Amino acid sequence: MADVTVDARGLQCPMPVIKTSQAIKPLSSGQTVEVIASDRGALSDIPAWAGDMGHTLKEQFEENDEFHFVVEKG
Amino acid sequence: MTAQDTDSEAAAAEETETPAADKMVIIAASGDLDKAWPVMLLATTGAAYGMDVTVFFTFWGLEILKRPDSGITGDDWRQKMLGVFRKGSPDKLGLSTMNFAGMGPWMMKGLATDNNVASVGELLELAQDMGVELWPCQMTMDLMGLSNDDLIAGLGKPAGAGSAISLMKDASISLFI
Repeated sequence: MADVTVDARGLQCPMPVIKTSQAIKPLSSGQTVEVIASDRGALSDIPAWAGDMGHTLKEQFEENDEFHFVVEKG
Repeated sequence: MTAQDTDSEAAAAEETETPAADKMVIIAASGDLDKAWPVMLLATTGAAYGMDVTVFFTFWGLEILKRPDSGITGDDWRQKMLGVFRKGSPDKLGLSTMNFAGMGPWMMKGLATDNNVASVGELLELAQDMGVELWPCQMTMDLMGLSNDDLIAGLGKPAGAGSAISLMKDASISLFI
């Protein structure tokens, strides 16, 4: 279970990345955020952002046309 | 190895551990909706990347920062004419092509709302919340007869080309939109 969940369903680029960045900011290293998005662009944007920011993408899966990402703060 | 070497190595190691935030500078020189949108999308995304983002608004780009109630601005009749034709504020921006006297932007904004794309006004507020620096250009403010009171609150001090170049010299991303 992630420490924080970001519901970015219905939001378009760049909001999933922005909401995730805002949610991860107060966390400490090792804590996780789960992001749920419906924007197909998030499939490339969230992993790219996480990698560039030094976070780890722990999990990624698709369920009912929604994209789930679990990001661990670096 | 001298003590000085150890000190400088320690300082270098410290630098690697806590690198200064990357800088991103955007020159927003257009009051067109289709330019203002990418300006604000990229500015907020840069902030999401932990970058220190500064947007420098010049010429028609100042329209994005104008208060909706700024009305007719300036003292010179030519400045007043600008105020008549350019209403300012994110809601009044036109498209660079297919404007059709406001029909184009109206359709575009309708599509954006239907698709849940954040508006320029929303992104502007978000940018301020995220600590993006918004700098109006002093020279074009003077040229177009705009005072600080004609612009939204929370902006950086009006600056000039020198400040913009000084920022861009150290920025890893500089864009002119």
